[in-house]
Amino acid sequence: MNTETAAGRFGRFGGRYVPETLVPALMELEEAYAAARADPTFDAEVARVLREFVGRPTTLTPARRLTESWGGAHVWLKREDLAHTGAHKINNTVGQVLLAKRMGKQRIIAETGAGQHGVATATACALFGLPCEVYMGALDVERQALNVFRMRALGAVVRPVESGSRTLKDAMNEAMRTWVSQVSDTHYVIGSAAGPHPYPTVVRDFQAIIGKELRTQAQAAFGKLPDAIVACVGGGSNAIGVLHPFIGDASVRLIGVEAGGHGLDSGQHGASLTLGSEGVLHGSRSLVLQDGDGQIQEAHSISAGLDYPGVGPELAHLAKTGRMEVRTATDDEALAAFYEVARMEGILPALETSHAFARGKELARELGVGKYLVINCSGRGDKDVATISARGVPPAVGVKA
Amino acid sequence: MSGDIAKAFARAKARGEGALVAYAMAGDPDLPRSVDVFTALVEGGADIVEVGVAFSDPIADGPVIQGASERALKAGSTLRRVLEEVVPEVHRRCPETPLVIMTYVNVIMAMGEERFAKLARERGVSGAILPDLPPEESGALRATFDAAGVDLIPLCAPTTPRARAEAIAKDARGFVYCVSVAGVTGMRAELPPDLSQRLDLVRNASPVPVVAGFGISSADQARTLSAHADGVVVGSAIVRAAHADGPQAAKALCAEIKRGLKR
Ligand SMILES: Cc1ncc(COP(=O)(O)O)c(C=O)c1O
Repeated sequence: MNTETAAGRFGRFGGRYVPETLVPALMELEEAYAAARADPTFDAEVARVLREFVGRPTTLTPARRLTESWGGAHVWLKREDLAHTGAHKINNTVGQVLLAKRMGKQRIIAETGAGQHGVATATACALFGLPCEVYMGALDVERQALNVFRMRALGAVVRPVESGSRTLKDAMNEAMRTWVSQVSDTHYVIGSAAGPHPYPTVVRDFQAIIGKELRTQAQAAFGKLPDAIVACVGGGSNAIGVLHPFIGDASVRLIGVEAGGHGLDSGQHGASLTLGSEGVLHGSRSLVLQDGDGQIQEAHSISAGLDYPGVGPELAHLAKTGRMEVRTATDDEALAAFYEVARMEGILPALETSHAFARGKELARELGVGKYLVINCSGRGDKDVATISARGVPPAVGVKA
Repeated sequence: MSGDIAKAFARAKARGEGALVAYAMAGDPDLPRSVDVFTALVEGGADIVEVGVAFSDPIADGPVIQGASERALKAGSTLRRVLEEVVPEVHRRCPETPLVIMTYVNVIMAMGEERFAKLARERGVSGAILPDLPPEESGALRATFDAAGVDLIPLCAPTTPRARAEAIAKDARGFVYCVSVAGVTGMRAELPPDLSQRLDLVRNASPVPVVAGFGISSADQARTLSAHADGVVVGSAIVRAAHADGPQAAKALCAEIKRGLKR
């Protein structure tokens, strides 16, 4: 099933709102991508790298103790945290860097929030031998120090961005400005299913491997499609990747969880699907957090990857048409979920991912016993240990003093 | 077509000059004082004034205009206030000079395309430049602007292929804004060698005047370009002068560039 209503349009959303300098590059990318997709050797190459290097397929893990504790649907986890580099982001960067090589590009630039996309881009660049520059908000450089080191270790240059809110939005502004001045030899690897056409489509297609694998694995594990799938939503790449292959399956509930930050009433959150209005940010028309004068507002989330005032156009369309349900989880709820998953399942989820887990209990109960809920475990939490441990660690349980 | 823009180019041509399109940021350092800056640009010889309206995420702008946007937003600049407090006063002081709003499409969408076009025209705006709205996305908005008599001025880039550049030029309103360098706004010591050729190409196809912009800050650059264009746009250099030394410095810069435009 395709939600693309015209090239690059998802209902009212999508499009290509960029400076003229970039339009020819986006057209070139669109053509090169179509040609690559029509060439079976390209798909085979992507599949080979995902298998040999990324470690796909990632497993589908039963979350037995969470299932028991929540007392509702069977809970299963799609384990993108087990993909090489620790998050789903690598699915997209392998695809895009291979595409860039095919296009003869000499250099790669990227933006990053949590640093997972930056690490995944630096990794793909190291693997395929291309120089890599990553733009990262200065605030995120501070709170994701581990990933900054990983990028540098992988040979990438990390460029801290001091403008605006010093987070993902500003990193993306700066990456676009750089791309405008180096567009002839440089490919810009956008990290989420956002940005100008064809990025939302390209990123979604590369991430759809998550949902495609899940279809097969669900049949094998419990003999049917899941009754509901839940994913966290920043720009929307892990969500659209796991959900897209199920859009046509009416029996499958699709749920996205956005950053509730300090609460929806606080004005400090990243809930663009829930509270955003129609606008243009970073090259596409979508739902954005903005004031009445069209100025983009600063988002807030404890997780750098959800700290973004926009969202990809296809998710905006799925949310507006009601095909996807949207919920939110606050910083505190995400933190609580982090420890719950750590202690019940032996998995440290990323703070982004913890937002999806935070709505797991209520969803499992709404669905009820005998139903199947899949949570997309988009990434692992190692990168977040500084943020999380700064707030203290809850005492261990069941251990003799 | 508002017609005001064509008249301004014709007046400059009649005097044997290339046109100076001068940009400054409304609300930098605050709304009333930016009125003085715009007035100074006209006193310095600007033929057309671009009124910048700040946006929080100016992806087409370099550090100088980014800084001006931040100052303007801090000073409370909004599109509504610019149309109420800046444009009418500049128009009153300089009734002959066409005013062109330069901002990003989200700012216009937030006000509503139709409301903006109507209000802008009423207050004395002749055109608009939206650097993040390429032709593919501009159809409906341009029809709305046409109906209100506001020219949506298109941009051509160094990366724009020939046929596309010709198509943009043929269908242009007001003037064609040829972006001189692949990059963001900001002063450049050198302009690309193929710029004059690109200008000639666009000029051959265009029924309206063609100007070069981005990177231009000196009379010498203006002189070189005026052989291939009907005018030049100067932005960052003016914004920097006005910010550092006030309206008189911006006026002096305009006068100097204008000297370079005398044929
Ligand atoms: C583990 C993880 N999950 C989710 C996200 C959010 O991005 P998206 O909504 O594109 O999946 C990020 C972004 O950095 C991430 O690192």
